[in-house]
Parts: sequence; C-alpha cells; structure tokens
Amino acid sequence: MAIKFPSDEWIKELSRLLNESEAYERSAKDWEGDFIFIVEPDEAYPETAYLFLGLYHGKSPDAAMVASPDEREAEFVISAPFSTWRQVIEGKLDPIQGMMTRKLKLKGNMMKIMRYPKAAKEIVSCCAKIPTDFGD
Amino acid sequence: MWYFVSPQVVFGEGALDALDEIQGERALIVTDATLVELGLVERVVSHLKRAGIEAHIFAEVEPDPSVPTVKKGAEVAREVEPDWIVGLGGGSAMDAAKAVWILYERPDLEPAEINPFVPLGLRQKARLITVPTTSGTGAEVTWAIVLTDPVEQRKMGLGNRENVADIAVVDPVMAAGMPPRLTADTGLDALTHAVEGFTCTWHTDLTDGLCLQAARIVFQYLPRAVEDGSDMEARERMHNAATCAGLGFGNSMASIAHAMGHVLGAVFHVPHGRAVGLFLPYTVEFVAREAPDRFAELARLLGLTDGEGEPAARALAQGLRDLIRRIGNPLSLAEAGIDRESFDGQLDKLVDDAFNDTQMVTVARSPSYDELRQLFICAYEGRVVNF
Repeated sequence: MAIKFPSDEWIKELSRLLNESEAYERSAKDWEGDFIFIVEPDEAYPETAYLFLGLYHGKSPDAAMVASPDEREAEFVISAPFSTWRQVIEGKLDPIQGMMTRKLKLKGNMMKIMRYPKAAKEIVSCCAKIPTDFGD
Repeated sequence: MWYFVSPQVVFGEGALDALDEIQGERALIVTDATLVELGLVERVVSHLKRAGIEAHIFAEVEPDPSVPTVKKGAEVAREVEPDWIVGLGGGSAMDAAKAVWILYERPDLEPAEINPFVPLGLRQKARLITVPTTSGTGAEVTWAIVLTDPVEQRKMGLGNRENVADIAVVDPVMAAGMPPRLTADTGLDALTHAVEGFTCTWHTDLTDGLCLQAARIVFQYLPRAVEDGSDMEARERMHNAATCAGLGFGNSMASIAHAMGHVLGAVFHVPHGRAVGLFLPYTVEFVAREAPDRFAELARLLGLTDGEGEPAARALAQGLRDLIRRIGNPLSLAEAGIDRESFDGQLDKLVDDAFNDTQMVTVARSPSYDELRQLFICAYEGRVVNF
C-alpha cells in the first residue's frame, strides 16, 4: 500500500530502508549530521511540512515528521516545493543537480556533503523504493 | 533545467596570436618548470608583451597539484596583482591556475570550499586564460578543478561554473612536442571524457554531439599522433578532440572510470589519462550488463558494430581495448607496473575512496562495494567483466 508524502510514516519508512541498505552503510560509515527536509507549499500541495531524518555512522537512528524546524536540531536543512521533492523521489531530478540549479536549497556545510556523494545517491535510491502516494 | 558553459575558444594553428589583442596590464602565468625549460612559456610571454602586458611566472605546479601549491600561487598573485591569470600546461597547471585565481579573488576561501553550490563573485580582480600544452585534459574549457590533499592521499573534485576560463587558446603548436607516451596517455583521457560524457546519467542533447565527435577523432587520429609526432594534422585534430570532449563532459559529467582513475592516481601515481583509459573497457562492460543502451548507441555511431544491447556495448569495450593496445598502453594494472602485494595492500583504500568519489554519482549502474572491489581486481588481472 502506498504511503502518503509527506508524512511521519513516509520518513520513518525511508529511515527503515536506509538501515537495511548495505550500500548506504558503507558509503556513510563516518557520516555525522541530521537533516530536516522542508516541503514548501505549491499548487500541488498547500501546506508546509518538516521531515526530520537522523543519520549517524551509516545508520538512521531516528526519523519523524515534526511541527516546526525548531522542534529538532539538525545540521542540514534542505528546502524545496512539494513538486520538486516529488521529482527527486521519482528519480526525475538528481538531487545534486537540483542543488546546483538551486531548485533544492541547502543550509549547512556543502563541503561536508560533497565528501559523501555516494551516500546522497543511496538516500535517493531508498526514496525511490518507497511506494509513495502523492495525493493525485 | 541545466547549464552549458564555455569560454571563448580560439583554436587552430596560429591561435596564440589572439593573445596579442588582450587588454590588460599584468598577467600571472601559472605553469610548471618543464614548460619553462621547453620554451613554451616564453612563447606566451612574447605574445603578451605584444599586447603590452607585463608577464610574471609561477612555475611551481607539480603533477597532481596540491593544496599548498595553489595557496602559494595565490600569495604570488596577491603580490603581483594581475588582471589576467594564464593557466599554461596540462590539466595540472590549468587546474592549479583556476584555484590560484579563485583564492586570489576570494582570500577568505579554503580550496576545499570551492564548490558548485555557492556564488563565488569572480572577475573582480582578474580573468582567466587557458592554454593547453597537451591534448586530453579538456581543462581549458571545463570548470572542474582536481587538487590533491597530500595528507590524506586523496584527490578532491572541486569547481564552480564561474571559474570556467574567459578565453581558451587551443593552438596545436603548443602540443606538438609531446613525446609518444604522453600523447597516448592524454589522448586516452580525451577518449574517456568523450565516452563517459556520452554515457553518464547527466548527458544532454547539447553535450552528446561534442562527445561523439571527440570519440570519432580520437579513434581515427590518436594512433597517428602517437606513431608520428610530426604529423601535424593528427596533432591538430587531437587538440580539437580534447577540447570538444572537455566541452562535452564538462557540461555533463565523467563517471566511474574517472572515480577509479582518481584513486589509482592518488595512491600509485599512475598518470591520469593512462589510469582512466585503462579502467574504461572494464567499466563499460560492468555498466552495460544492466544499462547497455547508451554504450550500444555510441558503438554503432562509431562504426564498431551494427548490433544492439549488451553485445554492442561489448563491441565498444573491445574497440577500446584494441585502440589501447595499438598505442602501446597497458590494459591491466599489472601491465601498468603495479605489483600484486602493493595492490592488495591498498585495495580497501582504493575501493573506499572510489566509492565516494564525486564522479560515481552519474554512473548508470551503481556498483555495490563488493562489485567495485571485483572491478578493481578484474582491472588488475586484465579479466573481462562478467558480473
């Protein structure tokens, strides 16, 4: 059954898949830094949503949909409209190209992220594995 | 949405004359000591003099330029206060020139902070001219910068669209003196750019034609340039091919052969073009097991097969092996002179670093850690990839 995006259930499923991924574990074995993904409203989705994803040493110990970005502390914040996130999840927009063209806006140390490009790719691969309901 | 960036490219015999028309007061030439000895730096200096530009020379760039070197170059730039930086040489010198230019303009930045995601605000103090003296790197038209961190023995992929050169002067006379081995190595670099630029997941309609034409030229003219360095037609076509491939992959991306080549160069100091060219047939075979179509299309367009799917992709791999053998380059890491004990001792590092190389994100079939390990072993032993 498809899982609604954005939702607490969706981000927890992403966390679960990351914890099962050997490729992610290998590529992010030294990684320390949590993320908040901000889903901004657009014509396809009228609200703002905040998804917290904890990431530590190749695992995802925690994930939750939160009420505000202040609720959980995160080293990195990536924000984009709902439809842009949908393109990323469906594999139509490479997230690194998305950041290079500023369709995805990052707050945080990009230098640190660029040392783990394979891990970023694995996160997107796991996103694509989630049967997602975009509310169509 | 994507971008295509390019300098103004002045190419062909006599292209150096374009320097006579440059407007400015002072230039800092970033290069290496060998090119000073060979008289190639003096050629550029004489053209700049005709333009009324005072030339200063920083000739301390080493192969695989390091962070300390570009910081030193930036210090020299701050003393000289040039309005032109001239990157003269192979990829190392031109990459170093880009980094020196950025650090001169932005002394608040560390080299590792040069990335494509933030505005740099360049061209407040100087602009950049690139003059390649090899036919392969494409660095004269790309914004990529590869620097080596000597502490971690790791190459860092850096760069920002803003740091593409303003003018690239692509004159074949500057590459005419390359010895056969350097001609072969750098030519394979150009070919790997062309093949990976055409087949990576970031390829575009605007880059495909450049990559295809570059590959065609290399297949036709690289053996001639290697066998007879005085064949100026071959020299000029290879010089053009390198720039075409640079524009192609520089506006798409390279891929897994570059990821593997970067770490091999950092650990075993194998010349860049030799390393990436050596890996290319193996990575073509690996990726084509699951995603053969782009390789098959390229193989057909190059006239290597009229087939489809994985068999056609394998024809491309075989065509690459035939070319590499014909120009006398190694087809395995063992042939490249790396002894088995050293290879086994460094294998974990090779796999770890290649796994997280920036070029790995654009491969159409992403290898697992164990698959990447097997790829390195196949390349060591010269075994065809069948997994």
